[in-house]
Amino acid sequence: MLELILFYTFGAIAVISGILVITRHNVVHSAAFLGATLFAVAGIFLTLHAEFVAGVQVIVYVGGILVLFVFVIMLIAVERSVHERQYNKQWTIALITSAILIVEIAYGLYRGRDSLVLPAVVPPAAAAAGGNSEQVGTALYTSYLLPFEIASILLLVAIVGAVVLSKKRTPAEE
Amino acid sequence: MNLATINIAAILPTLVLSVVGIVVMVAEPFVGEQKKSNLGWLAFAGTLAAMLSLVPMANNRGQWYSNLWIVDDYDVFLDFIFLLIAAITILTSMDFLRREELNHPEFYSLLLFATAGMLMMAASNELVMVFLGLEILSIATYVMAGFRRADLKSNESALKYFLLGSFSSAFFLYGIALIFGATGSTNLLAIADALRSSKIQISLVSLSAALILIALCFKVAVAPFHVWTPDVYEGAPTPVTGFMSVGPKAAGFAVLFRVFLTAFPSIEDRWGSAIWMVAALTMILGNVIAVVQPNIKRMLAYSSIAHAGYVAVAFAATSDRGVSAALFYLLAYSLMNLGAFAMVTIISRKEDKLVNVTDYAGLGSKRPGLAAVLSLFMLSLAGVPGTAGFAGKFFIFRAALESRLVWLAIIGVVTTVISFYYYLSVIVQMYMREPHDEFSDVRLCGSLKFALVISAAGTLYLGLLPTRVLDWTTTAALR
Amino acid sequence: MLETWVPVLIFFILVAGFGTVSLVLSYAFGPKKPDARKLSPYECGMRPIGSARERFSVKFYLVAMLFLLFDIEAVFLFPWAVVYRDLKLFGFFEMLLFIVVILAGYIYAWKKGALEWER
Repeated sequence: MLELILFYTFGAIAVISGILVITRHNVVHSAAFLGATLFAVAGIFLTLHAEFVAGVQVIVYVGGILVLFVFVIMLIAVERSVHERQYNKQWTIALITSAILIVEIAYGLYRGRDSLVLPAVVPPAAAAAGGNSEQVGTALYTSYLLPFEIASILLLVAIVGAVVLSKKRTPAEE
Repeated sequence: MNLATINIAAILPTLVLSVVGIVVMVAEPFVGEQKKSNLGWLAFAGTLAAMLSLVPMANNRGQWYSNLWIVDDYDVFLDFIFLLIAAITILTSMDFLRREELNHPEFYSLLLFATAGMLMMAASNELVMVFLGLEILSIATYVMAGFRRADLKSNESALKYFLLGSFSSAFFLYGIALIFGATGSTNLLAIADALRSSKIQISLVSLSAALILIALCFKVAVAPFHVWTPDVYEGAPTPVTGFMSVGPKAAGFAVLFRVFLTAFPSIEDRWGSAIWMVAALTMILGNVIAVVQPNIKRMLAYSSIAHAGYVAVAFAATSDRGVSAALFYLLAYSLMNLGAFAMVTIISRKEDKLVNVTDYAGLGSKRPGLAAVLSLFMLSLAGVPGTAGFAGKFFIFRAALESRLVWLAIIGVVTTVISFYYYLSVIVQMYMREPHDEFSDVRLCGSLKFALVISAAGTLYLGLLPTRVLDWTTTAALR
Repeated sequence: MLETWVPVLIFFILVAGFGTVSLVLSYAFGPKKPDARKLSPYECGMRPIGSARERFSVKFYLVAMLFLLFDIEAVFLFPWAVVYRDLKLFGFFEMLLFIVVILAGYIYAWKKGALEWER
């Protein structure tokens, strides 16, 4: 029961702050609400017994990506963009189409709710140990060995991309 | 948990590309300004080595790494296309990067990583693996599109591609999550088994199939998910545009065929009609809008949308014959389109400025050799008999008729006739208009010549003697 | 299972509650006599010069981006450390390969001067 209450509380926080993220005019406020959303999602992961993912959510998303967002906000001229006209003239169409999408997804999920295969929540051993990091580790480093190594290439591409796009090249070029 | 599960030969081409990519990247800060072109040749050698290593890979058929990785004829043929694309793109960009003073060898490592991502996509037997490959390919391509940092259009191109691309990746992930919820697996064969054996609610499965379809349709740029294409193609550096118009497209189709024909054949009645509509709409929109494009890069962008439509026709046929025709078409299209973009790279000259169709006026009298080669590519893209484009379209329409898709075949033929207009207008410009340009600053160096020879020879070979390659694609299509 | 996290939840509630209560109390009982000098941002007692919302250099972005990527690398180490005993030597070489690949990226970034504070 407590879990259910917590799940819906976190869910509500995530959705409401998510809406606030996209409706605020001041991007700094948006970033703050994004932080709230990310924290709430970490909470949802916890109530679903995905402790490791919850930890990653806080370390990587709140601790890393949110900081990156704030840096990017500082990179642009926020003062000016607050007063500038926003390119959202088609928001009615966007609202209608996304509403249709949400209804479609909700309908599909509702119709198919009985066939969602949910594996037994948590094996007792993992519960006693206080987390599922061990299971994640075993799966990741044995059966998912190849995707794990490939993930290093993905990170490498991101490193090269970041350096290529933002590092000063030669004085003449800039 | 034991070393026996590791099979190096099965992933050898991917491994070779990744290692060469890393070597080029790490060597980049250490080599002098003069020797940077050598790294381009190193990258080119890497693609050749990867092509050679397709042989040991082909001898290791089967599923490896806990059934995440599959090696079959389909995979080998597609890998061959991807490596060919990478090799030609490297040859085209070497001179381009020097000309534009963008000679940063990171470009080659990004290209090699992107190609490795494509190989992963073709060999994935698992949706999570597909996603990893897709992201490696996409992130590398976003950066390459914005490689000309000082140019606003290049920035626009990268930003638009990035924003919409991440959006479509989200669709893909949500689709994976739903199918995992419904079947308890992300393995394609396990999903197919689960769908056949148990009574899973069909709406849940079709929902996830629809989300995956949307994401992949975005990547291959078919209507109505094509809107990003012209702007992105126009702004990106020309060799990158050439790569984007064939590489991610071929990889996207590789995944589309693999996922839908392996995992979702049991619900074909649900997605078959969607593919039909996508194919029809794409052929019509792509060809009709291409007619009014004055900019050749935008024209080729719409042409690439149209060609994706023809491959979608082969997909709608959902037969082995259809897959075989699609594979043949992807190879033919890659060769002729890369050739066309290599020509655009040459003619556009410094800063990619001269990219209007009228800039080609009089090329036939000033530089007859170049004009003849470009004419070949244009005729092949249009589908004139004797060229690769004709053979490819012929096989696709035949497969469509065999699957009783008469209307799609008719739409295909009619739109092909429309496409003659804009492809031939380039030829008309070259031969029947007065030159207002001497084309004296058009330089053609060894690597570009090499790229043109490969694409032109391939286009002619596939057009005149298609049987051997067709036999290969027929075995590749069999499951 | 979830009970082990209850202290964290209580902690969060206490933190949020303390913040809200102190703000409300000082708003309700504190004297308010604002003037221009008092409302200006506090900057070590000096008068502030210009706006605080200046555009920052792209250098910050590069540093944050690289931090994030190596952060993700570190995240992969946690579950690995947990099951390291079971994985034995195989797990060691597995992680070694992963780290060597990222290390190549690190060398690249270093030699490109991405870690330097350029002017």
